[in-house]
Amino acid sequence: MNTGTFERGTHPPDNKALSAAKSITEAKVPSRVIIPLSQHIGAPCQAKVAVGDLVKKGQIIGSADAFVSSPVHATVSGKVVAIAPFPHTMGRDIPAIVIENDGKEEWAEGIKEHSDWGSLDAAALRDIVKTAGIVGMGGATFPTHVKLSPPKEKKIDCVIINGAECEPYLTADHRVMLEEPGAVVNGLKILMKIAGVSKGYIGIEDNKPDAVAAMEAVTKGDSSIDVYSLKVKYPQGAEKMLIKAIVGKEVPAGGLPMDVGVIVQNVGTAVAVYEAVRYGRPLLERVVSVTGRGINETKNLKVRIGTPLSQLVAECGGFKFDTGKVIAGGPMMGMAQSNLDSPVIKGTSGLLVLDPEESEIAVHGPCIRCGRCIDACPMGLQPQMLSVLAEKGFYEEMKEYDLMNCFECGTCAYVCPAKRPIVQWVKLAKMSLARK
Amino acid sequence: MSEDQHKLIVSVSPHVRSDESVQRIMWMVSLALMPAFAASIYYFGIQALIVQLVTIAACVGFEAATQKIVGKPVTITDGSAVLTGLLLGFNLPANIPLYIPVTGSLVAITITKHLFGGLGYNIFNPALIGRAFVLISWPKAMTTWMEPVKSIASMDAVSAATPLNIAKMEGMGKLVEQFGGTSALYSNLFFGSVSGSLGETSALAILLGGIFLLVRGYITWHIPVSFIGTVALVAAVTGGDPVFHLLAGGLMLGAFFMATDYVTGPSTRKAQLVFGAGCGLLTMLIRLKGGYPEGVMFAILIMNCFAPLLDRGMRSKTFGAVVKKKEAAA
Repeated sequence: MNTGTFERGTHPPDNKALSAAKSITEAKVPSRVIIPLSQHIGAPCQAKVAVGDLVKKGQIIGSADAFVSSPVHATVSGKVVAIAPFPHTMGRDIPAIVIENDGKEEWAEGIKEHSDWGSLDAAALRDIVKTAGIVGMGGATFPTHVKLSPPKEKKIDCVIINGAECEPYLTADHRVMLEEPGAVVNGLKILMKIAGVSKGYIGIEDNKPDAVAAMEAVTKGDSSIDVYSLKVKYPQGAEKMLIKAIVGKEVPAGGLPMDVGVIVQNVGTAVAVYEAVRYGRPLLERVVSVTGRGINETKNLKVRIGTPLSQLVAECGGFKFDTGKVIAGGPMMGMAQSNLDSPVIKGTSGLLVLDPEESEIAVHGPCIRCGRCIDACPMGLQPQMLSVLAEKGFYEEMKEYDLMNCFECGTCAYVCPAKRPIVQWVKLAKMSLARK
Repeated sequence: MSEDQHKLIVSVSPHVRSDESVQRIMWMVSLALMPAFAASIYYFGIQALIVQLVTIAACVGFEAATQKIVGKPVTITDGSAVLTGLLLGFNLPANIPLYIPVTGSLVAITITKHLFGGLGYNIFNPALIGRAFVLISWPKAMTTWMEPVKSIASMDAVSAATPLNIAKMEGMGKLVEQFGGTSALYSNLFFGSVSGSLGETSALAILLGGIFLLVRGYITWHIPVSFIGTVALVAAVTGGDPVFHLLAGGLMLGAFFMATDYVTGPSTRKAQLVFGAGCGLLTMLIRLKGGYPEGVMFAILIMNCFAPLLDRGMRSKTFGAVVKKKEAAA
């Protein structure tokens, strides 16, 4: 079996048993969906419909001309009732299109199946991916077609499917690999064809041996695809760590995976690519793990994009406690939500509900220079210096300690015995510097 | 609004934290000192217990008083003042007048720790500065050592020189003769039945605590190994007795418990190796050439000055950094 890992990192309890055994079930289609015009990194979309318009499932309702962008689609059929700023899981109100569901589930015209997708060329496939509004579904939401269009001088050697799912609690990718391994592999093959490479990898943390076995079973006899069982260690699913673990290359500081000839895509993204190409379906739904000790029932739900978080909570039996934390994504990098009106977007991998005790905000003390953060930082930084400098507002000096190479994985803050909010300071420093 | 009176807490990621805490670290290190604490009472009797309890109480008292006076929250339950008190007490002779540990505690806690900003900000190891202060202020009292008592009941203090002092003043030959052979000397040093500071005499007791810290990950091998290794190397190269130099004086205590202090030592592993080696070199320089028979305390204090510089100069490699340099050169 192929194995691999990266240097440093940490071991938070994975808590995946809460939802790992729950099969994916369809969530109720909401009576209205909220489709934010920005669900990706890059230029926000412009609304292509007006209030009062009737729209169909799969119809493009927002797009942008910019290269780094991704269109958004109506995920139900019905009537546009509002186009206005709306709460978003990223914490700010963002313009969104609200559609009242007519319950007819009518598909837009022009949905084209390709049972013979093997005959399509790379450009045609890339176009389908772009039009389908596919973005990185692991949470980063970078437009997939952009990743698949590297500049000519960057030679791509392989595509890696990220099935590490190193965030504690989350089990969405795990379930997808168990239940739709064929779609994952077909998605990978399409991605390989678009990238023009003959080598593909699937990287999975070894706390999911059943997923490793499932993926090995469907790739058996196919020498172009290798499945890697990776040591459980956070943040194994970070692109740079995943590439290091599988192909042994270090993405240069400040660089991108394509600089070492690699394209990384999430498991969910691979399935979305396959479904877009094979069935002509744009990205309308995704699997969301609703989990944690604060929710009555944990589930892995297939959810329409635009479904309000409150509906997911209701569908899982509601909260167990009056007080708690609700996080979009995982506990290490996810965003705590201040209300439940925000909708599920393309990058929402989980809805984690912590109980009151877990939700308590730790009181932090001074840095005692124990060095645990230095031993754990996957990027080889000195988080302790970053934290001390940030605390005093020395943001410029933080650049000398490679502030910009920090991708905010939270490993340092997790291991810190003084409970220092290192990621918060790093984010603040980056924002303050960007404003200058 | 569908959130039926549910109170949502919002904070920046990560939303989970390891269960390690500063408080637990301090109490664990204190726990690791218990074998040596017990050994000190075994070898030096009830007087050892009194000196150490007074030192700990004084450290905790000065911490509370200083924090009250400067208007900061009182943090005596975090264990750091207790730990300083333990380490300072370990560095004193058994038959010391009690105003000396109290003064040492004041210097350690109020001046060395809190005047520099409190926990995490002090440049020098507080216990060692406290000890250096009282050693220089009361040289006679601080170097009047007691011979280990034969039983806890017999309280007659017999003063005696430390093995390092005898070796320095009268030579190794005389020392070996006094103990009746090299192996007897080694074994007394190993178990701790020699005169010296309370917590430093039993290498065995300190090793037990040191191994506990290593196994539980509270310290790493880098500083103790480079410190002790350098001392052995210098002893061997200069024709001395490495085993004697390892077991005598405060080396074991210094290498496992004082030089490894997070706050006053370097944090990167490479810097820790250099730091430990520097401590070892300076210790031997003082032992062999200096005016004092023992050099561990001054060696660590001098190296404390260099800790930030070492950290700065010996940073770990940023992920992807080398590749970038090559590209820039190309």
